[in-house]
Amino acid sequence: MIAAPSTIPAGGAITTQLLEVSIGPQHPSTHGVFRMDVVLDGEVVRALKPVVGYLHRNHEQLAEKMSWLGSMPYTDRLDYFNSMSNNWAYALAVEKLAGIKVPERAEYIRVIMAELSRLQNHASAIGFLLQDCGAWGTPLLYAFKEREKILDFFETVSGSRMMCNYFRFGGVRVDLNDEMLAMARKIVAEFPKFLDEFEKLMTTNEVVLARCQRVGILPKELAIAGSISGPVARASGVEYDIRKVDKYGVYGQLEFGVPVGAVGDVYDRYYIRVLEMRESVKILQQVLRDIPAGPMQAVEVKLRGFKIPVGDGYGRVEGPKGELGFYLVSEGGPKPYRYHIRPPSFINLTVLEDMCVGHKVADAIIILGSIDIVLGEVDR
Amino acid sequence: MNYPGKGLVEGLAVTARNFVGSYFYKDRLTTVQYPEERIQTPENSRTFPFLVFDESPDKPRCTACKICEVECPPKCIYIVMDRDDKGKPLQRPKAFDIDISVCMQCQICVEVCPFESIKMDNDYEKSKYGRFNDLVQRLPDLLKSNDYYRQIKPVEAAEVDAKLKAEAEAKAAKKAAAVAAAAAKAAATPPAGSAT
Amino acid sequence: METIYQLLHVTFANVPAWTVQVAAFLIPIAFIFGVYPAIFALTTLVERKALGRIQNRYGPNRVGIFGILQPLADGLKILLKEDIVPRVADKFTHFLAPVLIVVPGLLVYLVVPVAPGMVAVDLKIGVLFALAVGTMSVIALFMAGWASRNKFSLLGAVRAVAQVVSYEVPTVMAGVAVIMAAGTLSTLTIVERQGGGILNISNWYVFRPWGLVGFVLFVIGGLAESARCPFDLPEAESELIGGYHTEYSGFKFALFQMGEYLAGMAMAGVTVTLFLGGYMGPGSGPGLVGSLIAMLWFFSKLAGMIMLNIWIRGTWPRLRVDQLMGFAWKVLLPLALVNIVAVGFWHFLTPRPLAWVVTTGWLVIWFLVLTKCNASAILEKREYRYV
Repeated sequence: MIAAPSTIPAGGAITTQLLEVSIGPQHPSTHGVFRMDVVLDGEVVRALKPVVGYLHRNHEQLAEKMSWLGSMPYTDRLDYFNSMSNNWAYALAVEKLAGIKVPERAEYIRVIMAELSRLQNHASAIGFLLQDCGAWGTPLLYAFKEREKILDFFETVSGSRMMCNYFRFGGVRVDLNDEMLAMARKIVAEFPKFLDEFEKLMTTNEVVLARCQRVGILPKELAIAGSISGPVARASGVEYDIRKVDKYGVYGQLEFGVPVGAVGDVYDRYYIRVLEMRESVKILQQVLRDIPAGPMQAVEVKLRGFKIPVGDGYGRVEGPKGELGFYLVSEGGPKPYRYHIRPPSFINLTVLEDMCVGHKVADAIIILGSIDIVLGEVDR
Repeated sequence: MNYPGKGLVEGLAVTARNFVGSYFYKDRLTTVQYPEERIQTPENSRTFPFLVFDESPDKPRCTACKICEVECPPKCIYIVMDRDDKGKPLQRPKAFDIDISVCMQCQICVEVCPFESIKMDNDYEKSKYGRFNDLVQRLPDLLKSNDYYRQIKPVEAAEVDAKLKAEAEAKAAKKAAAVAAAAAKAAATPPAGSAT
Repeated sequence: METIYQLLHVTFANVPAWTVQVAAFLIPIAFIFGVYPAIFALTTLVERKALGRIQNRYGPNRVGIFGILQPLADGLKILLKEDIVPRVADKFTHFLAPVLIVVPGLLVYLVVPVAPGMVAVDLKIGVLFALAVGTMSVIALFMAGWASRNKFSLLGAVRAVAQVVSYEVPTVMAGVAVIMAAGTLSTLTIVERQGGGILNISNWYVFRPWGLVGFVLFVIGGLAESARCPFDLPEAESELIGGYHTEYSGFKFALFQMGEYLAGMAMAGVTVTLFLGGYMGPGSGPGLVGSLIAMLWFFSKLAGMIMLNIWIRGTWPRLRVDQLMGFAWKVLLPLALVNIVAVGFWHFLTPRPLAWVVTTGWLVIWFLVLTKCNASAILEKREYRYV
């Protein structure tokens, strides 16, 4: 809807009207089918309303009709960039409810998969952010080259590049043999070189600095009040990482740091992701060195007719985009009674308006890119 | 030494290095000229299911037990059991349709099959021109021999063959033991009409 | 044109004078119409391939060997597209705008010399003509935005006009420095002044301190005027809508692209003429062989400038519109003015080493002062802690 052009009354001041524009849903820079209704005063954003639901696929309803294991492939398609983390969150929730103990080798394998997933997610996220800034594809394609190696590894292990369907209740589906471990070690060895080159290309680039600093500041109180999680919250100074708080898996035994920023603008969110990638490389090096031998799945878990005792529970992981949680209610049967997902992208979007008001339109696109949303998760 | 504009110049140096390097080091270029060259997919790669037969397509391993139809999450499998003239079920499928436009390649059907009869193929060039029924694969399309399975997935096929052989041997041993036990029982009891 | 007239007059002495004049008139025009659009077509291909190599992939290589027929394929495709004109658009202006954007680009080539004596029109006010006519494409941009009767096209056109006009000023000032040093506005004379010296190279104005600064200013101004990265906000206005060429499709859109690229190459040509010594290089001189070598030098320098444009496009992201304008008015314009003073120092200080030292020192000090005043707002050093 376009407002009428501004009128100049005789002998008076110029009156202008606010312009209402809808950015999306088909748009090269909105990371999926996502619509923002912005109200503009000239160039400056006065109000912004995110409109979601274009990718709603009824996941939570479908899960009530399927067995516990049958929802596992559907969780791949939530945040389709890192299917491994989604699988882990669901498996964790079910294991908590059913009281299944996971063997140690499987825990180590889970950490390898989740951290590799985090690496490729952060690399693509900052690649896409810089693509929105206007660098015509160069940082994006460098990031995608590394992502290719990780996806090839996923294909070798689980059979599919993105929709891995790899985790099972009580462990993982396929064991890693020596060849696959060597492949993972090679990826981890080459990753810091890519990060150094990328930083030289972009981090001190004056144009990037001018575009990204002091843009889209998220204050710490607002981040806590809005339940923001993940790199977005940590860039604003909130010291919360579920890997350190819950210590699920073997994260309690690993040494790694969690970077926390101070200002909370787009540049901080970008740089926190770079630092997190470096920490993930450290974690991977430790895990690949210490992985023990053993079974890969708890033997008492049945494949068909798997039932969970009555009760409800919430399992969560630190996904690359934030806290991904699954709330499950079981009535003792082979299907869930209620299956609810806490999507980090959706909840992080609620503060988009507060971050964008007062900035220009071009900044609104970059701020959206820095939150790093995936529509599969937002709409489920 | 930090001069204004340093970040810009360093960025130019990185791209220049990539540009020049792409001519001299061929491993910098990550794409291949498809369809003249194809990247070899790893062994575990999975696309759509297929049915395995051992000697001839008339004797597939599948017994139409319908476990995969029940467990399939998007419900893309449709099975009809073959029956003879009197209505007694023969343990093999008359119709086995997989709609590969619905199949989400999750591999659950492979995991739950008790007879090792449905396995994942790794052929990804399945485009068709028709919109409606061309993407439904019927029984003749799905039946592929065990030699084909050994060819595309050697390690997995070897494991499956070993497992089936062990099962067959165990069954034969059990049958032989049962026959021997019956014969021993027959030898132990006196033959009819000899005692009195 | 004069040289060609002399040549033809001498060779074909029996032919009436008016034929020779017409021929001398038509040959340079045919040259411009033939060579420069061909270079444009090749540039579109080279840009895609060079960007591809920077991004570690091949560019187009399916159509013809090394993709050499790709411009032909693109041209055919765009000719066959439907030409949509909005019903409420101002039809005459809508039609005229793409035509009008190509014309100034081509006109600038009239004063760019490619070989000794070989310039289409040897105007005594050559540089003034080039810079003035080159700016005329702004009118076409605004016509395109206005005639589309689309609020966002108008916004995009307004931004584009503001960008071009504000980057014109430092560009012209940088050109003024060269004019002062050469003492003439004629492009042919400026190139001839840059000859001599070691291998015909050391007298190029880019190797003088004021020339180097002027060259950088002129390159940045050229990028901004042809709306290329990092100043391509009008072109990549797809952040909001399409900008001034939203409502154009088919061949008119192709004409916009052609006008933009031709203007960019024309600015590159003027840069080569003013700063990089035009056709001067080892071996260029009068005579047939010398002229051919000179042409080779000119076109390789032009190719180098185009590659520089492509290199910059592949590396840096784009600036926001207010940062763009701030950069032009607060950093580039003062630097251009300071540059003019530097040329004055160079001209009047007689011992050459003293002139070098004073000029270089003056420019470096002002460069640091200006960047310090303007950059203190943006380059923050951030600290990150680990928990």
